[in-house]
Amino acid sequence: MIAFLIKRLFHALLVMFVISVIAFAIQDNLGDPIQQMVGQSVPESERAVLREELGLNDPFAVQYLRFAANAVQFDFGYSYVFNEPTTDVILRHLPATLELVAASTFLIIALSIPIGVYSAIRPRAWLSRFFMGVSIIGISIPVFLTAIVLIQLFAIGVSVTPFPADTGWGGWLNDLLSTEGGMPAYGRGDPVAVFGTWETNFASLKGLSYLVLPAISLASIMLPLFIRLIRAEMLEVMQSEYVKFARAKGISLRRIYFLHALKNTMLPVITVGGVQIGTLVAYTILTETVFQWPGMGLMFLDAIERSDIPLIVTYLMIVGLIFVITNTLVDLIYGLVNPTVKLTGKPA
Amino acid sequence: MTTTHSSVTRSSTTSRWERFRDSYLLYSFKRDLIAQFSLAVFILLVGCALLAPWLAPMNPYDLAQIDILASELPPFWVDGSDPTYLMGTDSQGRDLLSTILYGLRVSLIIGFGAVAMQASLGVCFGLLAGYLGGRVDAFLMRMADIQLSFSTLMVAIVVGALFKAIFGGATFSTYAVPLLVLIIGLAEWPQYARTVRASVLAEKGKEYVDAARVMGLSSRRIMFRHILPNTLSPIFVISTVQVANAIISEAALSFLGLGMPETQPSLGSLIKSGFDYIQSGSWWITLIPGLVLVVLVLVINLLGDWLRDVLNPRLYKG
Amino acid sequence: MSLLEVNHLDVRFALRGGDVKALRDICFSLDRGERLGIVGESGAGKSVAAFSLLNLIAQPGYIAGGSIRFDGQELIGVSDRALRRIRGHRISMIFQDPMMTLNPVLTIGEQMVECLKAHRRIASRDARAISLRKLQQVQIPSPEARLDQYPHELSGGMRQRVIIAIALLLDPDIIIADEPTTALDVTIQAEIMALLLELCEEHNVGLVLITHDLGVVSQVTQRMLVMYAGRVIEQGPTREIINDLQHPYTQGLIKALPQMATPGERLNQIPGSMPSLNRLPSGCAFHPRCGFVTRADGSHRQACHDQVPGFVTSGNCQAACHMVAEMIERERLPAEEQDR
Repeated sequence: MIAFLIKRLFHALLVMFVISVIAFAIQDNLGDPIQQMVGQSVPESERAVLREELGLNDPFAVQYLRFAANAVQFDFGYSYVFNEPTTDVILRHLPATLELVAASTFLIIALSIPIGVYSAIRPRAWLSRFFMGVSIIGISIPVFLTAIVLIQLFAIGVSVTPFPADTGWGGWLNDLLSTEGGMPAYGRGDPVAVFGTWETNFASLKGLSYLVLPAISLASIMLPLFIRLIRAEMLEVMQSEYVKFARAKGISLRRIYFLHALKNTMLPVITVGGVQIGTLVAYTILTETVFQWPGMGLMFLDAIERSDIPLIVTYLMIVGLIFVITNTLVDLIYGLVNPTVKLTGKPA
Repeated sequence: MTTTHSSVTRSSTTSRWERFRDSYLLYSFKRDLIAQFSLAVFILLVGCALLAPWLAPMNPYDLAQIDILASELPPFWVDGSDPTYLMGTDSQGRDLLSTILYGLRVSLIIGFGAVAMQASLGVCFGLLAGYLGGRVDAFLMRMADIQLSFSTLMVAIVVGALFKAIFGGATFSTYAVPLLVLIIGLAEWPQYARTVRASVLAEKGKEYVDAARVMGLSSRRIMFRHILPNTLSPIFVISTVQVANAIISEAALSFLGLGMPETQPSLGSLIKSGFDYIQSGSWWITLIPGLVLVVLVLVINLLGDWLRDVLNPRLYKG
Repeated sequence: MSLLEVNHLDVRFALRGGDVKALRDICFSLDRGERLGIVGESGAGKSVAAFSLLNLIAQPGYIAGGSIRFDGQELIGVSDRALRRIRGHRISMIFQDPMMTLNPVLTIGEQMVECLKAHRRIASRDARAISLRKLQQVQIPSPEARLDQYPHELSGGMRQRVIIAIALLLDPDIIIADEPTTALDVTIQAEIMALLLELCEEHNVGLVLITHDLGVVSQVTQRMLVMYAGRVIEQGPTREIINDLQHPYTQGLIKALPQMATPGERLNQIPGSMPSLNRLPSGCAFHPRCGFVTRADGSHRQACHDQVPGFVTSGNCQAACHMVAEMIERERLPAEEQDR
């Protein structure tokens, strides 16, 4: 167990090292702290002195080590735009993004497992075919378009009037195809503050209503992928000898499906799926842009537009850290679920 | 001598055609309505994109043809439309149908270009990793792992943002097409590398590779002439899916303002430019290009699904 | 009446190009405590036969006709629920590859207890006690610890012992063993076989042993079937078949045994290979490979080409072969002539 942890930790550190080198290279080449500190008016001679004092003429490696030493203490300098430590800016935006990802993850897990399992058990049923059809359409719709369509349907509303409204059925069809709109689609509303700085949307129904459309949009990329993955893995497991043997033992089908098959299905799903959940953070950039959700993604895009290099670098480091943490957690969970990984580092 | 040579080529081409005619691929295609329909729609879309200059009623790149007074006109079936503009106009008064046709062309060029880019990168790295093994393999695959765990979209956004910062907005806009091809190619090569590596590892153990090595062929020759042909079917299958992904990635980058400029819009930047007007009720500027994008990606995905079922190659899970 | 009676069993696979007949007209029976061997090359339909007894054939296979009577009850056409009460309870199975048969994510104990619980109202503790006793019976070292281990912690031979223990859990009437030792190391094969035999004798369990190994069949079973291309071509008491070979195919199988070869000479083998089921030759499916056909006279050679042979009885054995029919006829003829 300890050997496994150390190995995972080493891998995580290696990844963080690579990310930090890239982040530092960006900062070193694109950011000019002198410009930010003193502005345009200061003559070149004074700038040179400052540059020397700040150590900007030191070799790359020395500067990197200084950067890394600060980074370990979560000190990435000041944001050009906000004029406060970048970590403070990020921390202010972090809860919104994490809550969005959490809500989407919940939706994905709650829907993909039953749908995936069902369409594997009854591959020929019309409902399974329907799910598979919807999921391939779902894969083909970019997340920002899903978001826009949701806004049009449920925030703005659509009124359809092709059918004669004066007849009973025409009015009924028009009403059926029209949507009312009115769902909140911009921003977080008034999140409730808990634990001091953490503002949450989970505390009230009103807060949750702001979360609905963004969370569905964000989930819409991964949900079809997960359904297809679970179905494919489950179909493969159902062909295995041990499922046949369980049938030959006279075990009930329900137990075979939901214990024997599902447990084995979930192993590859955890590895692939866990990583995908991590990448949801990347997709928040798109969803947050559409919904003006005040999270890290929106902040990052803003930082790019305003060339706020320290903030960009900090974002990369923090998101890298989130990816590394999710991946390590997923590996740990996999090790706990799969008995053939003895958590000693090598699969038996 | 030349005559014999040409006759040999001809016979080999006919046999190839015959092989295709009798193949399972064609057989299953003939039985699969969805695949036929998808291919038809795909060919139609590609045809429209290629013929855009001739099909489009207007040239959206030509400022002289744009009438700013005719902006935000709805499509023909909505009240207040102008019959000159079948699908309505966008916020700058460009004919939406023409802009979509030109945008489709841009999206397809970038999609296919980016896939060619990532395939050449990924195939080379995958072959190297699989064939050489050892440290090269460990290094390349670790790189691929890191990049994939970061998600290709994230990498594309970061690289795109960097390019924009390095070159400046104006230069970026001018060279947007090749830059986007490069960005998406750099972001997505690991998919290919992993798949190619997996099939190389499977092929490497086989006897014909040993035989080629015993015959004293060079590593490069063995890799490209002997191993690569045997990895083609998985490459072919991921390529279809990757074209769809690349088109979506381009659209996403453009939507974030890191892609095609509005003066030379792709489907993604059209959707973005329309999004600002959706609250004022001009839904068509966003949703009609959006529908075209979805149909394009959907038919490519359906073809990819069909190909995977038929060729059933060993694909890297994930 | 026998414990298990199979009559005219037909199994087909519904494939794209039409149905393929995997088993045709299979008839056999098994008495309580009897041991029956089913022999044939791979692809002859042995495993399909084994799996169809409990209707466990994988899609797209299905039972197209015939009857399987077990203990007076017809098994074809009954509900899956009713079959489930027999599976693992009164008829249990042992699969070919112990590495693939046990679920990798469940402990040995879980996989044993669930089987008991599926068929009996029993407390977990009692189920565990029974499981432990069965593990002791199959002579697994430190059985108590095994209950909480996962399959990957056990060797192939040990896993097959566990599977035998599972098969014996509910004291079944019949065990169907599908090549139970093929996937094991040669050194362990005999051990496992001896164990299986011993336990079957001890508990008076009937055994259907499916194998391609004639040597094992001759040592273990009392009666045997020889299958070729989805049909039974010879059946009878094992000893009689081995001692008085009739069907040319069975003769070929015996001659092909390494023990039968003369040192320094090539092993005998049957020329050619078994036809695939969707491209069966006309008449006797074996005739293209049969050494007797070329020696036969015209009328019989024609029969081999044209007609599917019926069974001819000689002693307690039955063989489906035109040539055997002819030989028996010839033997009988001189006797009849002497009578005249």
